[in-house]
Amino acid sequence: MIELRGVGRRYGEREALRDVSLELGEGQTLVVFGPNGAGKTTLLRVLATLLRAHTGEVRVLARNLPEEGWALRGLIGFLGHEPLLYRELSASENLRFHARLHNVGLERVAEVLAAVGMEERSGEPLKTLSRGMVARVAVARAVLHDPRLLLLDEPYANLDPGAREHLQGLIGGASGRTRVICSHDPGGGVAEADLVLGLREGHQVMLKRANDVREGEIAELYR
Amino acid sequence: MSPARSLASERPSEGSALAHDMPLRPPSLTGTVAALLRKELLVELRTLGSVPSMSLFAMSTFVIFHFALNRNSVDGDLAAGILWVTLLFAAILGVNRLFVADADQGGFDAFLLAPVDRSAMFFAKVLTLLAYLLVFELIAVPAFGLLLLGPSLSAAMPELLLILLLGDLGVAVIGTLVGALAVHTRARDLLGALLALPLFVPIVIGGARASSPLLALNHHAGSSGRWLATLGLYDLVFGLIAYAVFDFLLED
Repeated sequence: MIELRGVGRRYGEREALRDVSLELGEGQTLVVFGPNGAGKTTLLRVLATLLRAHTGEVRVLARNLPEEGWALRGLIGFLGHEPLLYRELSASENLRFHARLHNVGLERVAEVLAAVGMEERSGEPLKTLSRGMVARVAVARAVLHDPRLLLLDEPYANLDPGAREHLQGLIGGASGRTRVICSHDPGGGVAEADLVLGLREGHQVMLKRANDVREGEIAELYR
Repeated sequence: MSPARSLASERPSEGSALAHDMPLRPPSLTGTVAALLRKELLVELRTLGSVPSMSLFAMSTFVIFHFALNRNSVDGDLAAGILWVTLLFAAILGVNRLFVADADQGGFDAFLLAPVDRSAMFFAKVLTLLAYLLVFELIAVPAFGLLLLGPSLSAAMPELLLILLLGDLGVAVIGTLVGALAVHTRARDLLGALLALPLFVPIVIGGARASSPLLALNHHAGSSGRWLATLGLYDLVFGLIAYAVFDFLLED
C-alpha cells in the first residue's frame, strides 16, 4: 500500500525530511509523532503528491511517485491543517464543488453532510461557522469521493469529544481505510495505530509496531 | 446507529460506484471548467472583491484626469490613451486577486488532489478574469463617455466593443499567467503588477491606436484593422504560451 525507501525532502538548504523508510499494508494505520517542525506534514504532503521527494523512492497504492502521481488523484483523502474549503461558500456549495471535481454524484453531498452532522447548517457560509464545524465539513470533503487512503494531519485538533466519536465511522479505524495520521496525542494515537513512526528534525528516530511501543516512549520524542 | 457509522458500514462493496482501485471516471474538461467558473463567480458575488474595486479605481482616475488636464473633454489619441491606461491599471487589481482565495484557503491543494485536467484551471481563470473585465467595462466605459470623452461614445460602437474584447482577452490570458506566478510570493501584489505591466504594453499600444480614430471628433471607422490584427495575434501567441506553461506553475 505504502512503501518508502530513504525518502528525503528539502526546503532550500533545510532538510525537512531525511532517509525515511517504512512499509504499510492495506487497511493499516500509521501514526506519525514528533515535535513541531519534525517533518510530519511534509511527509503527508509527499504521500499526497502535493510535494516531490528529493531523495529516495515513494510508492503509494502500487504507483511510483512522482511519475505516476496523476493515477493517485481521486484515491486519496487529505485532511491537512487547512480545511481546503472556501470561507465565503456554504458547506453544501463547497462540497458540491468538490463533488464535481471528483465526478461524484451530488446525492453523495447530502450523505456526507448527514454523516458529519452538518445537514442543518449546510447552507450557511463557512465564515459564520465555528472552527469545529468547519473541521466537520473538512472531514466530509476528505471522504466525499470514498478514498482508499486517508492522510490526516491532526484530524481531531478542533473537534469536541462528541464530534470525534461521531466521525469515527468516516476517518477512524471503523472506516476500514488505510490511514496515515499525524498526531500529538500519545495515548489516542498509539491506540489507533498499527505502526508508529517517530520523527525529530526530519530524521526517522522510531519505527515500531504499536504493540511494541513502551509507555512514555512517545513522550520522549518531545523532550 | 450514528449517520457516520451508518455510512461507514454501508460503504459500497467492490465493483460498486464508490469502492475503487482506480479513481472514479474523471470529469470532462468542460465540466471541470464549468465547476471552477461557477465557484469563482460565487466567491466574487459574495466578496465583491474585484469588480467594485476595479470600477472605483477607474472612476477616480477619470475624475483625476479631468482636473489634472484642466479640460472638460478629450478626444482622439488623448482619449484613447487615457481609456486604455486606466482600464489596464484597473485590471491589475483583478489580476492580483485572481488566485488569492485559492492560495489562502487551500483551493490549489484541493484542485491538485482531484482527478482533473490541470489546464481546466487555466481556462476557468481566463474566463473568470474576462467576465470581471466585461462587467467592469460596462461601468467604466460609459463613465468615461460621461466624464471625459468629447465625441459621442455611441458613434464609436460597435467597433470599440471588438477592440475592447480583443484587449480583454489578452489581459485575461496574461493576467492568469502572471497571477499564478505571483500568488505564491510574499510581495505578490507588487510582483503581479511588475510582471503584468510590461506584458500589457503591446495591448495598450494596439488598443489605443485602434480606438483613437473611433474616439476622434471627426470620427472615422475602418482604419483600425492592422491594430486589431496585432491585438489578435498577441492574444493568440500569449494564449499558447500560457496554456503550455500553466501546468508547471501549479506543480511543486
